[in-house]
Amino acid sequence: MTDSTATTSTTDNLVEVRDLHFRLGSRVIYQGVDIDIARGRITAIMGPSGTGKTTLLRLISGQWRADSGSVHFDGQSVTGMSQKTLFEQRKRMGMLFQSGALLTDLSVFDNVAFPIREHTKLPERLIRDIVLMKLEAVGLRGARDLAPAQLSGGMARRVALARAIALDPEMIMYDEPFAGQDPISMGVLLRLIRRLNDVLGLTSIVVSHDVKETLGIADYVYVISDGHVIDHGDPEHIRHSDSAWVQQFITASPDGPVPFHYADTPYAEDLLGGDRT
Amino acid sequence: MNRLTRVFNTLFGWLADLGRSALFLGRIIASLPALLAKPRLVIEQIYSVGVLSLLIVVVAGIFVGMVLALSGYRALADFGAENALGTSVALVVVRELGPVVTGLLFAGRAGSALAAEIGLMKATDQLSGMEMMAVDPVRRIVAPRFLAGVIAMPLLTCIFCVMAIGAGGGYFVGVDMLGVDAGAYWNGIQSSVEFNRDILNVFIKSGVFGAIITWVAVFQGYHAPPTSEGVSRATTNTVVIASLAILAANLMLTAVMFSG
Ligand SMILES: Nc1ncnc2c1ncn2[C@@H]1O[C@H](COP(=O)(O)OP(=O)(O)OP(=O)(O)O)[C@@H](O)[C@H]1O
Ligand SMILES: [Mg+2]
Repeated sequence: MTDSTATTSTTDNLVEVRDLHFRLGSRVIYQGVDIDIARGRITAIMGPSGTGKTTLLRLISGQWRADSGSVHFDGQSVTGMSQKTLFEQRKRMGMLFQSGALLTDLSVFDNVAFPIREHTKLPERLIRDIVLMKLEAVGLRGARDLAPAQLSGGMARRVALARAIALDPEMIMYDEPFAGQDPISMGVLLRLIRRLNDVLGLTSIVVSHDVKETLGIADYVYVISDGHVIDHGDPEHIRHSDSAWVQQFITASPDGPVPFHYADTPYAEDLLGGDRT
Repeated sequence: MNRLTRVFNTLFGWLADLGRSALFLGRIIASLPALLAKPRLVIEQIYSVGVLSLLIVVVAGIFVGMVLALSGYRALADFGAENALGTSVALVVVRELGPVVTGLLFAGRAGSALAAEIGLMKATDQLSGMEMMAVDPVRRIVAPRFLAGVIAMPLLTCIFCVMAIGAGGGYFVGVDMLGVDAGAYWNGIQSSVEFNRDILNVFIKSGVFGAIITWVAVFQGYHAPPTSEGVSRATTNTVVIASLAILAANLMLTAVMFSG
């Protein structure tokens, strides 16, 4: 990792989210967040389950549109893009879905080949080489003939990663890449994310609630909860954050400002049967 | 008052669905020309819906043809007109039962499978995944299946008609079992079924039915809530709505085609 000087110049950010508001049905997911994704670096988005991390990736990639505020990708507004330009931009992004999202009627090989066949006219021989290269990178070259149904959750995620990098995108969004990985493939995956980022000069967004792995790999971290950015900074800053909320989250302690319990009357009162006659 | 609002809400919901499905159909049709470049996608789908429905269409055709010959023979024999059996079976099969029965079978077999397939693809993020790869799922997944339905239905209907009239169904009961003269049977068919009036109409009708069934199925699947309950509702809805829509469309088409 080179020590790149952190500047706030807009051109250094591949993605800029400003004053984002978003709701799903009656549920408010975001109420005014600003997020910068710096070019060529790994930015992590952390937060408890259900805060809207996956939603954020969908907003950045234009699958969903923000209610207000703006999302810019490489200087262009994603919010106002036509479907055609959006699709053009998406060839520059790869996304690793939480569920893998592999096409169930295609083999592992054909899944990885899918985006290449759709967007290029490369001869089959060349496609074969590319696909095997990508599968080798995630350690699953031997699984090329399996159907997605024959893969474990962790393997499916890695095939999906091979597919996400098939077209050599400029930016990759990883949605919970570490979930369901054994220690070895976890290590491989961490190194792979780092290597893709540094060697190919990619920009990476890692969404996760695995504190240790994420803080270990990220260059910059955003912690979000309840529709707000609670804290952001490099991993050192987050580790020593003076926000009690962040401290509780990264040390995983049950006591603190983050409620583990659904709101109710005080426990003791309930046990003593406050309204019992 | 409350009940009135509820009725209005339901009605409004239907209208909104109708509007959305019309827009969806527009999107499908707009992406049909792109399929010219990839005919393989369509052929694969024709093959897969064909395999799904072929056997039941054949079996149903045979049964329907047999029963028509049986009941037709009884009625005609009273007037000594057994030789008109071919005419009677052929006209009923070609004008009404062929497209309708094939359509109902197609809706139950291929339509429900199609809605479930697309609904599951949506529930498992496969459609979003495709969009993220800059591939339009309407163009890549929905349009080929729609076109395949429009092409497969007339073919299946022809098979149904041949089975019902021919050696397995009507001919078997009428000629082999009840002793109607074979020459008279074929002759009756030849002289009563006209190409323009009947055969062409079969193709038009069954093509329209194929479009209706697959339209309903892909709309239901594509707009199903991404849960297992949503998908199962979509499949049931597909069979019910498509079947009723076929019967209604059949009435209208028959009225138009055979009014003159
Ligand atoms: N399609 C949808 N319709 C309505 N609400 C949704 C939908 N998808 C997600 N939600 C809601 O939006 C909220 C945020 O969801 P999201 O998937 O972004 O959370 P997340 O931070 O990715 O959680 P996790 O870490 O568990 O993946 C959740 O409370 C969820 O209930
Ligand atoms: Mg998520």
